[in-house]
Amino acid sequence: MSNSLDAYLILSGILFSIGTFGFLARRNAISMLMSIELMLNAVNLAIVAFAAFGAFGETAQGVSRGSVIALMVISVAAAEATVGLAIVIAIYRNKRTPLVDEYDAMSQ
Amino acid sequence: MIRTLLSIAIALAILGAVAAVAALMIVFLGQDWEDALLWILSAVMIGSALLVVTMRDIIRCGLAMIVCFGALAGIYVLLGAPLIGAAQVIVYIGAISVLILFAIMLTQTKDAPRALVFQTQSAAAAVASIVIAVVIGLSITATDWGEASERIRLATNTLSEELFTDPGNLLPFEVVGVLLLAAVIGGVFLAKREPGGPS
Repeated sequence: MSNSLDAYLILSGILFSIGTFGFLARRNAISMLMSIELMLNAVNLAIVAFAAFGAFGETAQGVSRGSVIALMVISVAAAEATVGLAIVIAIYRNKRTPLVDEYDAMSQ
Repeated sequence: MIRTLLSIAIALAILGAVAAVAALMIVFLGQDWEDALLWILSAVMIGSALLVVTMRDIIRCGLAMIVCFGALAGIYVLLGAPLIGAAQVIVYIGAISVLILFAIMLTQTKDAPRALVFQTQSAAAAVASIVIAVVIGLSITATDWGEASERIRLATNTLSEELFTDPGNLLPFEVVGVLLLAAVIGGVFLAKREPGGPS
């Protein structure tokens, strides 16, 4: 079980679809950002699993090549969280609500 | 008081059930430690991810997200990439979760926990996410991934050599540094309170 690539990939797919559901269904903007973090983590898990099972080369150097990509994804996710939360706080200061279905300034 | 005790009892019961399943798998089914550990960590991760997207109180969603990230760090270690697990703990549990908890506390109104959690399109969203899960699962199981059967353990010094000596990684490394700087400045600028603006 722990020695098959399929198990990790299916785990990653389940996590990704949970994140998709949260992003589409939640009303709170910060909940949507948390769901995006879940989806990014799912993708990262898939990258690390591919690397660990030799998709980037069968040596330890191949594994580290995949791990570098995972580290880059983690840093980009950190930048995304910073900017996203700042935007949510800026909108909250104007609209006084964190609920996205009350953000209708573009439709007026 | 009663409700606090009840929730603690429920949490202990869940933990005991997971530990019992693990002990059962190791002792009776003859599976090795890694399988049992993978089952436990994936159960914790999927369960807390479901809590993140379904719970009513958003502070608890944030705390469940920390649990989810911790279990994922354990899965990274199990996969043979301990440095990624450490980065997961430092960046996600240490930094992003705290950032999200602060943002939650800054944007909570009194009636937010009582308001409707899901949008009106939540049924369609559930159908869409189940379709995505089925498609991903089918494509994973239908693909032949080749000789991918043996896991390779990663030593930290190979990763650091790859990251810091390969010239192909120089540009992404520097670009990520500039990106983080831009994100910090942009975050401060966006969240800054303008003088005379709305408070």
